[in-house]
Amino acid sequence: MAFIDYYKILEVDKSASEADIKKAYRKLARKYHPDLNPNDKEAERKFKELNEANEVLSNPENRKKYDQYGENWEHGEEYEKARQQQQQYQRGGQQGGFGGGGFSGGGDYSDFFESMFGGGARSRSRQTAAFKGQDLNAELHLDLKDVYTTHKRTLTINGKNIRLTIPAGVENGQIIKISGQGGEGANGGPKGDLYLTFGIANHTNFKLDKHNLYSTVDIDLYTAILGGEITANTFDGKVKLTVKPGTQNGTKVKLKGKGFPIYKKEGEFGDLYISYQIRIPTNLTEKEKELFTELSKLRTI
Amino acid sequence: MKTDHLILLKTVSSHYQVELPFFTHLSEIGLIEIEIIEQSPYIREEQIKDIERMIRLHHELEVNPEGIDVVFNLLQKIDRLEKDLITIKNRLKLYES
Repeated sequence: MAFIDYYKILEVDKSASEADIKKAYRKLARKYHPDLNPNDKEAERKFKELNEANEVLSNPENRKKYDQYGENWEHGEEYEKARQQQQQYQRGGQQGGFGGGGFSGGGDYSDFFESMFGGGARSRSRQTAAFKGQDLNAELHLDLKDVYTTHKRTLTINGKNIRLTIPAGVENGQIIKISGQGGEGANGGPKGDLYLTFGIANHTNFKLDKHNLYSTVDIDLYTAILGGEITANTFDGKVKLTVKPGTQNGTKVKLKGKGFPIYKKEGEFGDLYISYQIRIPTNLTEKEKELFTELSKLRTI
Repeated sequence: MKTDHLILLKTVSSHYQVELPFFTHLSEIGLIEIEIIEQSPYIREEQIKDIERMIRLHHELEVNPEGIDVVFNLLQKIDRLEKDLITIKNRLKLYES
């Protein structure tokens, strides 16, 4: 358990007045408040630290105790004595502190705080009202193939099984809110929400941009020159394509509606763009060389 | 009149220990909608989450309703930008792979 420098957290020096501490706390709280920093774990952590520092430094008795035993908190009987005296103190009221509930930053205290001030020193100012529970964040890693169709999945979040419908077309990095699957509410308030961030890995030969898919198909030189039919892969099957005579390398064809499903638009799909890559024959036989030479004499370009 | 998904503003006010004029002010600047039914003001249930956030910003950070409006607008803007960023990051991957 490490010593926590509450002065450093509030960016004040040890001689700071109560007014300085209050000012510093309010300034930093405006910066790191969870309502102003949604889905920001670092801000959430800082806000918790700020609350804890304020709990200690804004109360003269707490501050005195912290200054006296703070850095030597692990040593000696004095600290133990102080801890026992703490029991009486804990029932005293305090001021300041943003109190918990509602946002995810209001709950936990560090081990250092718990061991020095016990659990009762925390002030829960004015929070007798019911507030919505803490919002939770989770990540779900899926394969691109998994999100081609809408499907149901059971997730375990904080030891609880949640059955979810994963809509087709969810994007990599997308965050979906699942109402009522967060922490329990305070004083009978409603449950918080679950924010699920999707990590979608693409192990296919298709590139995905929004809901359009891109792929490359090899065609032989003769089909490119003379035209013909080829079979190409789509994301969920195969299609027959007619290659026009004289097709150039890199030619793109668009297959409307053969792309990826569009999120929350049932039955709607993006497009598939196929680029033709013409394979030039190598290791020619003598006969082939002879014929190509003959052909080359027929045209200059 | 059916009030299934409506909450009496007085109930909200006493529940969160916030005075009624605060809600009136929020309504005046278009942050919440108050519906009057049989001369009593109500709010819709789905507004509660935003209202809770507004109360926290007001109580905990001393932000006034106009400031809350600014904060909400900026948060919406951040949300849009974050969505754009996701799309652009995914697009960038196409060129990196």
